[in-house]
Amino acid sequence: MRFGVVTFPGSCDDRDARAAVEHVGGDAVALWHGDERLPPLDALIIPGGFSYGDYLRCGAIARFSPVMAAVRRFAAAGGPVLGICNGFQVLCEAGLLPGALLRNAGLRFVCRPVRLLVGSTATPWTRACDPGDELVIPVKHGEGRYVHPDPAGLAGEGQVVFSYAPGDNPNGSLAGIAGVRNPAGNVVGLMPHPEHAVDPLLGPTGGRALFDSVMAAAVGVTP
Amino acid sequence: MTEAAVALHRQLGLTDEEHERIVAVLGRDPSLAELAMYSVMWSEHCSYKSSKVHLGGLPTDGPLVLQGPGENAGVVDVGDGLAAVFKIESHNHPSFVEPFQGAATGVGGIIRDILAMGARPLATLNSLRFGDLAEPPQRRLLDGVVAGIGHYGNCVGVATVGGEVAFDPCYTGNPLVNALTVGVAPADRLLRGRAERPGDLAVLLGARTGRDGIGGASVLASAGFAEGETAKRPNVQVGDPFQEKLLIEACLELVEAGLLAGLQDLGAAGISCATSEVAARAGMGMEVDLDAVPLREPSMEAWEVLISESQERMLALVDPERLDAVVAVCDRWGVAASVIGRMVPAGDEGGRLTVRFRGELVAEVPCQSLADEGPVYRRPLVAPAPPRAGAEVPLDADPEAAVLALAADPTCASKRWVYEQYDRYVGRGTVAGPGSDAAVVRLPGSRRALALATDGNGRYTRLDPVAGAALAVAEAARNVACSGARPVATTNCLNFASPERPEVMGDFAAAVAGLGQACRALGVPVTGGNVSFYNESDGRPVHPTPVVGVLGLLDDAAKAVPSGFPRAGLDVWLLGETRADFGGSAWQRLASGRLEGRPPGLDLDAEAALQRLLVELAAAGLLACAHDCSDGGLAVALVEAVLAAGVGATVAMAPVAGPNGLPPLAALVSETPSRVLAATEPDAGPALGAAARAAQVPLRRLGASGGDALVVPGLLDLPLARLRDAYEGALPRALGEPVPAS
Repeated sequence: MRFGVVTFPGSCDDRDARAAVEHVGGDAVALWHGDERLPPLDALIIPGGFSYGDYLRCGAIARFSPVMAAVRRFAAAGGPVLGICNGFQVLCEAGLLPGALLRNAGLRFVCRPVRLLVGSTATPWTRACDPGDELVIPVKHGEGRYVHPDPAGLAGEGQVVFSYAPGDNPNGSLAGIAGVRNPAGNVVGLMPHPEHAVDPLLGPTGGRALFDSVMAAAVGVTP
Repeated sequence: MTEAAVALHRQLGLTDEEHERIVAVLGRDPSLAELAMYSVMWSEHCSYKSSKVHLGGLPTDGPLVLQGPGENAGVVDVGDGLAAVFKIESHNHPSFVEPFQGAATGVGGIIRDILAMGARPLATLNSLRFGDLAEPPQRRLLDGVVAGIGHYGNCVGVATVGGEVAFDPCYTGNPLVNALTVGVAPADRLLRGRAERPGDLAVLLGARTGRDGIGGASVLASAGFAEGETAKRPNVQVGDPFQEKLLIEACLELVEAGLLAGLQDLGAAGISCATSEVAARAGMGMEVDLDAVPLREPSMEAWEVLISESQERMLALVDPERLDAVVAVCDRWGVAASVIGRMVPAGDEGGRLTVRFRGELVAEVPCQSLADEGPVYRRPLVAPAPPRAGAEVPLDADPEAAVLALAADPTCASKRWVYEQYDRYVGRGTVAGPGSDAAVVRLPGSRRALALATDGNGRYTRLDPVAGAALAVAEAARNVACSGARPVATTNCLNFASPERPEVMGDFAAAVAGLGQACRALGVPVTGGNVSFYNESDGRPVHPTPVVGVLGLLDDAAKAVPSGFPRAGLDVWLLGETRADFGGSAWQRLASGRLEGRPPGLDLDAEAALQRLLVELAAAGLLACAHDCSDGGLAVALVEAVLAAGVGATVAMAPVAGPNGLPPLAALVSETPSRVLAATEPDAGPALGAAARAAQVPLRRLGASGGDALVVPGLLDLPLARLRDAYEGALPRALGEPVPAS
């Protein structure tokens, strides 16, 4: 299964996302921010980091990069897209996901493993999970406080994919929302870093569920 | 010589004698640009003029050392065709003047040193010292420095994986901010900061040159502070981690494509330093065209361009035939690349650096005179007074209160508040991160891992500089050995007050002697480092604080040994002998508020035997946990071991007190070195015993892990929740912030 991983200038977790893909048995394809066309892909990851330095609003510049037009087409065609941390911010800025991400409530960067509860499983990235499953995945961000005008409505539509477990909300996100999906379900974004949670040598392995889900989905296996 | 010129060289930090020496080298009065170049290159910070005569005695050779002191960073052969590149540097004064940018640019600078060797920076550790957090300015310093380190390291995608933070009133007017970075490169692809042949082009990469950081090395780093020194704020550089990230990726792509002859970072003394050093190392000269340097401010003068310390710049040495390919890579990453110079053959009198600007020759100096032939001072020194025995500490305190007080002491307590602001995951290498004895970082594409620890106890060194420096080496190496890794090399950052004080030079010489003794005995050669003098404010010097970083090798990352008890039902042991060592201890500080006596006695042979044993036990898979006893002694080691995974323990103190008949509290708080708290599966006891006997390391069984309290029967019974509240709550409380729920 071929995963495209976008590199913007300032991306930091792009190499890690590719390594995680290889670790779980996928093939990683490096994509460049200037690419206007994508090679054949089965899934697409917008990784973490500080695209273009993020000196403006996080992700506000990246949404205008040439590759994003191709990402939109891939998403519109139903391809599975995962935005991680900065990638989540980029997808929100691009209007591919609802809501926005603001400065952490504590006003500091926070790096720690958190417990996540799976909400919607109607996405290629959580299909192998059951609602309520607990995944331990690290966060590392300064601007991860999720806001949305109608979080209850979002939850009602089944668009909340991940919530921080009670007591684990690291940034003051509204309703503890850690990750959301688009109405179609193929585009998912989350602040925690599943690519840093696949190898037991390096810590918790909650991220495997996302990769296992999308890989199972791609070969048509119903878990 | 005119009055104005005299005033100018003094303003630039040069003495009258140094000025005369420049005149002698050139055979004429220096131009303004030349004077500026000499002022920064001959500064204490760049020239090591006061420390050089003492550093020669350090051991620098070893079977694994590929590059010792003298290059941008030290290099060690780590097997599998890989080389580890590492170095530590200070950014103390910039961090005091402007904590956020000072600390941030310190991280950026050490990362570029590693990059200059052609290595990908993998991880950073920080060794920080501040005054008492009860004082609001100290809280602001801590906050700013930590935010700055996090901002820069997080944005460039280099994991921050460890280090230490300690607090002592001596650092009130002069905090210490030392950063160590380690990187990795294929051993056959290492670069040196030198050109290969005449005709090679000097290509300036990265940021534009501005007026920031002018005189950072000379005015800021090479003098002490007095009241009202915020006027030095313009001397502090401003960091742009995004630019550095692009620079890192572009340089690594250039290195991987084999397009560079050499690479040099621009740090202290900027273009002056980079150009003269690469030419001097290659034994050539260089013609520099300053008009080709992209400027932030077109009104800059030649001398400003030459000594600006604008960040995020590198100097690449490029064969002219490869220039187009180099520019193409830089364009792709959006990194500016400007040819600013050309290597020329050396003449009879060595290589010359000629600098042109706006149609004029502004400088023409021998490269060696700038880079290598600066003044060398044998400063007057007074040997430190021999330490006096007899440090009495109260040993009748309530043991529970004593353990809780140590756990809640900011120097001993959890640094979670600090390290949760740092990305420790990026790079997918962090096997053990902050909070562990040593950081363990897996090498990309290999089963092997590097282990790194930094240590340095200014209180010990204040009491006895020889012993204090040796203890720093021993502790850092022991921390590395606790992780299961074999210590193989060291780097050091020697933080001292003014070298113009004979007593400071005496402490310095003694500390270097102590470093040398310990590095030799423990088999860890020195591959590089940094001397930071003038760490004093208003005449109040910091404790002499040598900070030592030790690099270790672990053949199998999966065999890294944790620092805490991972589960219940393990046997708990103490390796090493406990004596009555209270001089300079955390307990002495807490219980008496004094600093007196001898620091803990160190037997280097016993230390070496212990470290070899730890590596052997880890390789055999016998250790479930190994944790060094240092600040706060066995008490703090036990607290940390039980809190790591929330697994309590019941241990006895009688085996620790042993034949010496130490009182129970003394056994808990003594800081005798060469001791390690360990845990094994119960069936590993005989093998452990046999190995310890063979190594002649004293071994005592203390008890077993399990339960939800730390229990010493008859002495204390502390629930983990109380310990956690004390240990984890200390820093947030000192900073007036919410204490995390346990």
